[in-house]
Amino acid sequence: MAARARPSEAPAAATPSLDSLLATKEIVVACGPGGVGKTTTAAASALMAAVTHGSKVLVLTVDPAKRLANALGLDGIGNTEHRVPDAAFKAAGVTPRGELWAAMLDTKESWDSLIRQHAPDEQTRDEILANPLYQNIAGRFVQSHDYIAMERLYEIHSAGKYDLIVVDTPPTRNALDFLDAPERLADFFSSRLLRWLIVPYRSKLINVATKPFYQISDRILGTEFMGDISEFFILFQTMYDGFVERSKAVGRLLSDRRTTFVVVSTLEATPLREAEFFAEQLTERKLHLGAIVLNKVMPDYLQGRAGTRVAEAMKDRAERLAEQLAPRLGAGDPALGDPAQIARVLTEVADGYLNFQVVALREMEERASLSVAPEVLATVPFFDTDIYDLAGLLRLGEQIWR
Amino acid sequence: MTPLLDRKLVFVTGKGGTGKTTVASALALLVASQGKKVLICEMDGKGELSGYYEAPPTAFKEKEVQPGLFAMTMDTEASLREYLRLQLHVPVIGRIGPVAKAFDFLATAAPGVKEIITVGKICWEVRGGNWDMVVVDAPATGHIVGQLAAPQAVNGLVRVGLIRTQTDWMLEMLSDPAITGLLAVCTPEEMPVTETIELAGRIREETTVELAGVVVNRVLPELFGRQEEQVFDALTTPALLAELDDLVDGDAGPVLDAARLAVTMRRTRSTHLERLRSGIDPDVPLLYLPYLFTKSHGLRTTRQVAESLGEEMGL
Repeated sequence: MAARARPSEAPAAATPSLDSLLATKEIVVACGPGGVGKTTTAAASALMAAVTHGSKVLVLTVDPAKRLANALGLDGIGNTEHRVPDAAFKAAGVTPRGELWAAMLDTKESWDSLIRQHAPDEQTRDEILANPLYQNIAGRFVQSHDYIAMERLYEIHSAGKYDLIVVDTPPTRNALDFLDAPERLADFFSSRLLRWLIVPYRSKLINVATKPFYQISDRILGTEFMGDISEFFILFQTMYDGFVERSKAVGRLLSDRRTTFVVVSTLEATPLREAEFFAEQLTERKLHLGAIVLNKVMPDYLQGRAGTRVAEAMKDRAERLAEQLAPRLGAGDPALGDPAQIARVLTEVADGYLNFQVVALREMEERASLSVAPEVLATVPFFDTDIYDLAGLLRLGEQIWR
Repeated sequence: MTPLLDRKLVFVTGKGGTGKTTVASALALLVASQGKKVLICEMDGKGELSGYYEAPPTAFKEKEVQPGLFAMTMDTEASLREYLRLQLHVPVIGRIGPVAKAFDFLATAAPGVKEIITVGKICWEVRGGNWDMVVVDAPATGHIVGQLAAPQAVNGLVRVGLIRTQTDWMLEMLSDPAITGLLAVCTPEEMPVTETIELAGRIREETTVELAGVVVNRVLPELFGRQEEQVFDALTTPALLAELDDLVDGDAGPVLDAARLAVTMRRTRSTHLERLRSGIDPDVPLLYLPYLFTKSHGLRTTRQVAESLGEEMGL
């Protein structure tokens, strides 16, 4: 008898579950490598909390690709929070005790609102919003996602509108950046570099210490662009205190005991190593690793040695078996009684089993080698169909919830 | 459309988990196996690429990992140093301090400059003429557009200066479909297909790079023909299953369940394949790679994928 999945060994009542974990938290950050079903897992967890805990739950996706809308069956959810309509729940056959809300992170819009909030006066605000450099930072480039995601989370959390916020994050490497982002921004604002940048331009080339820096920058970027940069940071500096204060608060929120991290992975080697790396980083930063969700795991029945023996027998003795089965198969419909055809089917079936078993056994080895120990280890079996509506999300949610 | 293998610079992207690195490493191996000289560059520096060739870890300086196939890992700082030395003739040795600060500044304060430096290194390699093809294991779909659009963005911001000169020739190279192409990798599943269709649109609208092909990875084999499936369905009825159990002296249920899973998976996936085909410009070739039931990844798997890729391209 092959080893069973760990979670099913322990008595269900005594084991901490995602249910009990989420009941005690206000913020859940779902992270992990790409392509493992992170967004879906985040959405399913939020859905389950809304349905069973009777709380008001928000799922916030920060991923650049707009996927959450698909999974939630909502078209074009934007930067503002939208409530998942009752009709969607009705279609899925449930009456939620709480409410489910969803929002996408719109980087540009979030930056704009941040500037409006922190700018000392209207003129500065307008100048920043119109600065070409600002527009590029806010709109086009991926780095600014990291900070703004955490900033937005903080803003929503402090507004106190939700009992639970589930945040989806970009894939691992970026998710790490996204943890560091508040601190990095604070560092940047207090750096000597920023002081250099906002020195009035004429005095720049006089200072002996900074001269090589300006020479290189000017050569690469051109004096004019350097001027744009200076102007931008002179304006930006007016918001210094607000930003540093804010980014520190964001950092505190992430390490708060009301916040937990859920690492999502599959049992494939590459994503699993990444997930482990991420889990280790969380522990190192003294952040709370609440759960690991192992997603898309091959069904248990593929692990049995008895199945292997049967499949091999079916393959080796396909022709003989086909002849023995032919009379009964042909009894209903003579077309199905062709022994050669039956033998082909038996061989295909056996091969299919043995092929999937290779994958299942590889996954089992991977799980056994898992080097981190979260409070909750949830396993979600492979779904043979896609999740494209609330009912599907619910089906997944029920698997991770227990 | 210029065939993929005739291009000099191929960016390989895809949603996380679709096998982007597998396809990139297999493509490079395939081209090298035709006696061409190939450079493969891992952009995000995760250090995974070497595993696909079972070679020692790669670094910024390229190393030969297979005959004619060289691999490197992008390093923004090393790339900047090389750029300063070769193109700006700024002596870097002994002046690490200011350069490191300038680097920080470039990466943090001037958006897009980091992309210019890294994509610039790649273009520089192509321009040098040492390679028949440069394959880039590029960032995932969410990030590739930002990277490929950076030269235009910086061009819009910077009107003079050396970086402007740089972006001009980079843009020219990236915009030339006879030289540069993007290969998107996806799997026949809902989200990857949706994202690939979105990516194709954004690449067309926001960058000057041409989508040269889409690789559909992990396509499941068709187990049965129509009548064979009827035989299979009949076998799963209680009476026949019981007879089969007796004949093989064991429980055949799980074995049939696995086949049922395979059939359902294949059926679900085929609807996504149809959606992909109709959502992508008909001129863009779709290349299908089979699902590999292997124990682990390594050179053997990379070779298998390279062979399938070659077959799909009619080699």
